[in-house]
Formats: sequence, structure tokens, C-alpha cells
Amino acid sequence: MAILVLAEHDNKTLKPATLNVIGAAKKLGGEIHVLVAGAACGAVADAAAKCEGVAKVLKADNSPLEHQLAEDIAPLLHEQGKNYSHILAPATTHGKNVLPRAAALLDVQQISDVIAIHDAETFERPVYAGNAIATVKSSDKIKVMTVRPTNFDAVKNSGGSGVVNEINTATPNTLSSFAGQELSKSERPELTAAKIVISGGRGVGSKENFAIIEKLADKLGAAVGASRAAVDAGYVPNDYQVGQTGKIVAPDLYIAIGISGAIQHLAGMKDSKIIVAINKDGEAPIFGIADYGLVGDLFQIIPELESKI
Amino acid sequence: MKILVPVKRVIDFNVKVRVKSDGTGVDLANVKMSVNPFDEIAVEEAVRLKEGGKATEVVVVSIGPAKAEEQLRTAMAIGADRGILVKTDAPTDLGGVEPLAVAKMLKALVEKEKPDLVIMGKQSIDDDSNQTGQMLAALLGWPQGTFASKLNIESGSLKVTREIDGGLETLSLKTPAVITTDLRLNEPRYAKLPDIMKAKKKPMETIEPSALGVDIAPRLKIVKVAEPAKRKGGIKVKTVDELIDKLKNEAKVL
Repeated sequence: MAILVLAEHDNKTLKPATLNVIGAAKKLGGEIHVLVAGAACGAVADAAAKCEGVAKVLKADNSPLEHQLAEDIAPLLHEQGKNYSHILAPATTHGKNVLPRAAALLDVQQISDVIAIHDAETFERPVYAGNAIATVKSSDKIKVMTVRPTNFDAVKNSGGSGVVNEINTATPNTLSSFAGQELSKSERPELTAAKIVISGGRGVGSKENFAIIEKLADKLGAAVGASRAAVDAGYVPNDYQVGQTGKIVAPDLYIAIGISGAIQHLAGMKDSKIIVAINKDGEAPIFGIADYGLVGDLFQIIPELESKI
Repeated sequence: MKILVPVKRVIDFNVKVRVKSDGTGVDLANVKMSVNPFDEIAVEEAVRLKEGGKATEVVVVSIGPAKAEEQLRTAMAIGADRGILVKTDAPTDLGGVEPLAVAKMLKALVEKEKPDLVIMGKQSIDDDSNQTGQMLAALLGWPQGTFASKLNIESGSLKVTREIDGGLETLSLKTPAVITTDLRLNEPRYAKLPDIMKAKKKPMETIEPSALGVDIAPRLKIVKVAEPAKRKGGIKVKTVDELIDKLKNEAKVL
């Protein structure tokens, strides 16, 4: 049996998370196919076909699929997925939105946020905000799962020689339609793919003060993140949030600035290779998991760090 | 417009989670339990729609033990009109009633209650699956507006602003629809004492899962529940220079 991976893309480029999910699929054993559904997404399909280990790309290229709405993609996964042993998607907001809808149509109990694969039916997933790890064994005929990209090595985006097959798509749905979007524009690397992430918390104090975090990030070529407290306070937009219900990151270096270290935040970054905490409260829980801690006033420390680094 | 709001009884978000030493699950004995925080946001949103004249009735439903009546009463103190408890002694966090089974039971309730809108939390903070709303929408053939941070109701259609990885996305949905809530949709009120007293007298119906006629046998077997690998704390450095030195020469990440 083959494995179907749902590609994450914006009709122009294949998102790196897809490479990690293909990496997870390789651990399951079986031919790997990738579903690219979108509009004018030929370049994405070609890029997916070149990925290491990909045997086939199913391309559903049709203008109503431009925004990849769940009401269109789930039926497509339902129709195409019946003949697969596993259906995988990255645990991004897109994967989380679409995959459970497809799983229900297939009458399958999805496994969310897989962080380790034991065998073709046994998986590990975090529960209780990562305070416990459950090993679960699925008895469903098809295993439908979202995969945490940071827990699996990415395959190379070259060297593969998959074939691209066009597939017919069903009539567009009449239940939902796209009405607009406000995407954060940034020259910085994507939060979930960056090698260095610098995050600010409530201690940063204001939207204006966040500029010193951004300045340091730009010097290091880092992505900027935030705690829920900083997002709730309106210092930065929602898509900066790192944590249990925000983004899960695992960079080589994570610098937490003015972040106390609530469990919900730690759940989103504790797999980082090196963690640095800068906080004026020496008792803050973040120091309990940081490799290097520096107690002091961030408004003195950050500019100094930025000038010396 | 009638709104159905599912609420789940879960461990309070402030409680420190303890994994049972026999590896079968998380210890919930004598632990403070609350309404799942995302569901509380859903209740608040539904009640605000009623207060704003957009909704006529807010019905809350919980699938869980007899004690889940407490969470239904909390929701009614916020302003829901009546409660339905689907009573089960099976675990609702791990190895018992799973999201697909919950979605099937909710579908049966939707067919009975005929709401125009279901508003529910995007995930529960125990099993963290983030599936039930999407599954319910699929089973009903309804549109879904997940991870909502803003909800506008216009004649016959909904505008839902969703929190996505790149920022925000707005969708138009036909009603009936399923909405799942994200953190910033609203800030739930604290129920006042008179409202808590009033909630005790609001109608409450208890039914058995068997009355809903769906198969709720689990599909996943819990092999083991363990504590995550602990991350060791490191050292405190005294100066910025020392920090830079450590990052360059010890950790080699710069």
C-alpha cells in the first residue's frame, strides 16, 4: 500500500514542512505519493515530484481550489485517499483544518500531531500541552495523521523523479468561499523553519518596544516569535505566537526575551537545540529549561547583545 | 437563530499534570476540573450573539461523567439557556470517547435540536486533538470556520476571520455552519453570583449515549502514557560578553 502526503503550498512554492512530512512517510515504508491541490500550481507539483522518495504527484489544478478550502480539499482527500494505507499532512493550521474533515468522511479516527513513528500503526503524540506523551495504536484501515514537522528530518528537495498525474476534481463547493486575507509581510525567515528564533513576551512592554527584538533578529537573520501574553496585549500579530496553540518551533537557537515561561509557551519551543532566556526575574520558570540564562534588564541587555554579536 | 455549544469537562489549565506511574494515563483523581477554555470562549460568543439580538436560544451540551453537569451549569451562568448531558463513564481524555465518536454523537443531537450554528472550542486542553469541529462539519455536510478570531453574522451568511499560519483569513460561510474558536475571539466574562444561582434552575436533560444510536467504540488503543523527556536546566551567565562567548564557542550556534 502507498502513502499519500498532502502538500503545503501557496500555489507558487512548496512549503518546507512538506519535506519533513515526506521524511515521516519514509519511516512508514511504502510508495510515497503527494497530493498538490490548488490553482495554477504546476510549479509546486513539479517541485514535489523532484523531492527525494516521491514516486507520484497527484495534481488537482483548478481555479476554485485556489484557496484550498476545507470543503473542497477534504472531499478530494476522501476520494483519492481510499486506496492508501496512510494519509499524512503537516500539523500546520492548514493541515489541522482540512485533515479531520477528510478523516470523518473516511470514518477514521485521526491521530493528531505525531512526533514519533514506532511502526505502521503505532505512533507517539503529545497530550496535555506536551506534559504527557501518549503512544497510540490505530485499528483503522487507513491511518490519517497530522505530523509535527519539527520532529522529522526533511528529505532533499532534489534527486527525486516522481511522475505528475493530473486528477479530475469534483465540482466546487457551494458552502464556503474566500473573502479576504491579511498576511504578515516579512523579509525574515518563516518561524517554523528558521535556524534562529527570537521571541518576546509581556516583559517587552509595548508594540513599539518590540523593535529592539526585531533589530536583533535582523542582525542574526532570525525569525521573530512571541508568547501568548505579548500577542494578547497587541504587541505583535497572532501569527507570531509560539506555544501549545500557536506555532511549534525547534530551531538551533531560541532566545526568549521577557518571557516567564508558562507551560503553554514551553510546549511550543522546548525541543529547540539551545535555549537562551533573558529576564529580569531570576526565578522565572523559563530559566528551568534554558541552557544559558541572563538575569537583567532586557532594555540594556538586548541593545548590547545586538551591538556586540 | 438557535446556537448549540458543546462544552467539555477538562483538567483546569492551572493544574500541574501528573502522569500515572503505571503509564495508563494522567491522574485526574481529586484534581480541579473546569470548562475547557476554548469552549468557554464559544459559550461567551453564543451568549453575546443572543444579547445582541442575533440569536434566540443557546443550548449547551456536554459528553462526559455525571459531574460534567458542573460545567454545563457554569455555561448556563454565563448565559446559556439550557443544558444537555450525554452521560458516560468512559474516559473523555485518552482511551475512551474519541473525537470521531463525539462528532457522531453531536451530529445526532444537531439533527434533534436543529440549531443554525454550532460554536465550539478548537481543541480541548487534555487530548489536544483539534478535530471534533471539523469532523462534525464533515458529517453534517456543513461548512466550517475553524480557529475563529472574529465572527460577523449577516443575513443568511457568516463572515469568519480565522487565525492561520501566515496571518488572518476571512471566509464567507452559508448557514448552518460549525465555528471553532481561537483564543482571541473574545474574553469570557466572570459569572456573577445571581447568575450562578439562576443557572441552577435552568432546564437540564440527561441522556445516555445509546439513545443517540451511534457506535462510539474507540479506534485507538493507548499503549502507554509517559512523561516527556525532561530538559535539563543549564547555567546562568553574568554578562552579555559571556553569553556571546558561550553561544559561539560552547554551543556553536552563532
